[in-house]
Amino acid sequence: MSTIPDKPPFKFLDILYKKEFILFIVLVSILILNSNISPYFLDLYNLIDSTFLFSEKAIIALTMTFVIIARQIDLSVASIIAVSSCVLGYTTSLGYDTWLVISFTLLSGALCGAFNGAIITKFAIPSIIVTIGTMSLFRGLAYSFLEDSYYNKFPKLVSNLGSGYLFGYIPYAFLTFLLLSLVFAFILHKTSVGKKIYSIGNNPDAAQYTGIAVDKYTFVLFTLNGVFSAIAAIFLAGRLSSVRPNIAFGWELEIITMVVLGGVYIYGGSGSILGVVISIFILGMLSFGLGLLNVPGVGIIIFTGLLLILSIGFPSFVRTIRRKNE
Amino acid sequence: MKKILTNRDFILFSIILIGLIAVGFANPLFVTPKSISDVLTDTSILIILALSQMIVILIRAIDLSVASNLALSGMLISLLSTVHPELPVYYFIALSCVIGTVLGVLNGVSIAILKVPFIVTTLGTLSIYRGLIYFVSDGKQVYSNEFSEDFLSLIHYKFLSLSFLFWLAVAAFIVIYVLLNHTRFGRNLYSLGGNPDAAKYIGISENKYIILAYSISGFFAGLCGYLWVARYSVASTQIAIGFELTVISACVVGGISVMGGVGTVLGCVLGALLIGLIRNALPAVDISQFWQLAISGAIILMAIIINTKTEQRKEKTIMVEN
Repeated sequence: MSTIPDKPPFKFLDILYKKEFILFIVLVSILILNSNISPYFLDLYNLIDSTFLFSEKAIIALTMTFVIIARQIDLSVASIIAVSSCVLGYTTSLGYDTWLVISFTLLSGALCGAFNGAIITKFAIPSIIVTIGTMSLFRGLAYSFLEDSYYNKFPKLVSNLGSGYLFGYIPYAFLTFLLLSLVFAFILHKTSVGKKIYSIGNNPDAAQYTGIAVDKYTFVLFTLNGVFSAIAAIFLAGRLSSVRPNIAFGWELEIITMVVLGGVYIYGGSGSILGVVISIFILGMLSFGLGLLNVPGVGIIIFTGLLLILSIGFPSFVRTIRRKNE
Repeated sequence: MKKILTNRDFILFSIILIGLIAVGFANPLFVTPKSISDVLTDTSILIILALSQMIVILIRAIDLSVASNLALSGMLISLLSTVHPELPVYYFIALSCVIGTVLGVLNGVSIAILKVPFIVTTLGTLSIYRGLIYFVSDGKQVYSNEFSEDFLSLIHYKFLSLSFLFWLAVAAFIVIYVLLNHTRFGRNLYSLGGNPDAAKYIGISENKYIILAYSISGFFAGLCGYLWVARYSVASTQIAIGFELTVISACVVGGISVMGGVGTVLGCVLGALLIGLIRNALPAVDISQFWQLAISGAIILMAIIINTKTEQRKEKTIMVEN
């Protein structure tokens, strides 16, 4: 048996077979297609403003990537947004200081996430079932708290964050997403924490035996997912300047689509932040382009669903056929 | 005797009974035969869908697309009935079941042949089927006056003062009970869920059973498509949104293990009944409807925690014996 090198030698052709490369080609073709179809697409201001459509979801997609790579899933993120934005509205209505309001909002997200994490790790229940439960629990809490009323007063800073631009060009939400994606790419791909998350996703039992505190990681990841949902809630509430209990309804699916389309394996253990970032742009530019063409939201829903299934189904179908031919 | 007392289904049944009595004390009007028969009618669709979802959960999968499937089948037959009101109602029911089955088979094929994980497939078809409703209906609603009389009247047919819907749920219970407990199909489903590898070694084709389970789930979703539209006399893009979660919670509360291979048909029905009772009883005891979602969420969580605890205990005893 030959020795296995630590790192495979770099070959330029290998890049062509990478998922990220395929995604990148898809993104470029969507950009070209869009700019050919609509003259309004390649307008800098339009493009920048289109990031408002996906930045909040994209922020959660980063932590969701970690969660899914660690072989878990979190369906409750959109409901956590509902809880956190209620806390945001409520603490504002009490007249608290802006920083206190934001701290409470983040804390509420962390508590919701920690609640998920505690039940999943303490009782060893699959996260999909737990978060289906907390998805209705959290959303239900928002409903029972707000009933049919709404909040529309937020601190100035929150409204600014939600709809403002840095230097008048870059939306704060988009900027936050870009910076966070750099941080997350670094953690996932360059630190031991990232390596541990991959090994938990590949084989949780083996990871446990090698001394990785699997439960602790799971708990922290879910808490982090809660915090990021709260961050998204701040941007979203600031942008919409109104909070109802049905805020961000159905977002969990869109966020998971972003992650899975980005090449993260739904049963954990593989995937990259770069892939997820490209897939976020693909979905964002796609819905922006379809929007310019006056395709209604539902057309985009169908397209997203198809893209999700085909992006996984097609490669595995090709693989099966190849195996049969061999 | 001890066996009966620790039986999960018996405990669930007692909880339902105690709940009913408690609500009865708070609001005597709730426990009149008329009102209870209304609750049963209201829960029937949930029972039918929970039973078919159970078949999917038994093999360690979940079908999240049932509510969208239901709404799409319901919308398609409603649109047909506006164009051809003269067709007999049985034609629409059959057609709705066929459409539902086809949508279910698509799920199954995607999971078994394309190897797309069930959660991704059914999340995808959840949006695709829902989106297609807008597509075929242009976002418009079909209102009660546009249906033929025949289409809507069947559902109000009563037998022994219980509704047609309830008897259909009973029929579904009997069919699925026999299917799961007295046929090879049922045994194989349980063994696939209990230990997929072992099941494959003794020659059970996993792919075949995945496709079958999803077709059955689709069939009943299609059937409920007709039932839903006829019961509420309206077909719109919004019907049954989020209902898949109620269905799954009914199964979970009924003791169907999401780890596969565990659960009884009776338990599943009782789970659906408990959820139905809660949904109907909250307004009767003056709890705001806004609390409903939070309370069902809390109940699902408690049910899964209790389920898992009892399952883990069994596992431990096996370890000790070894």
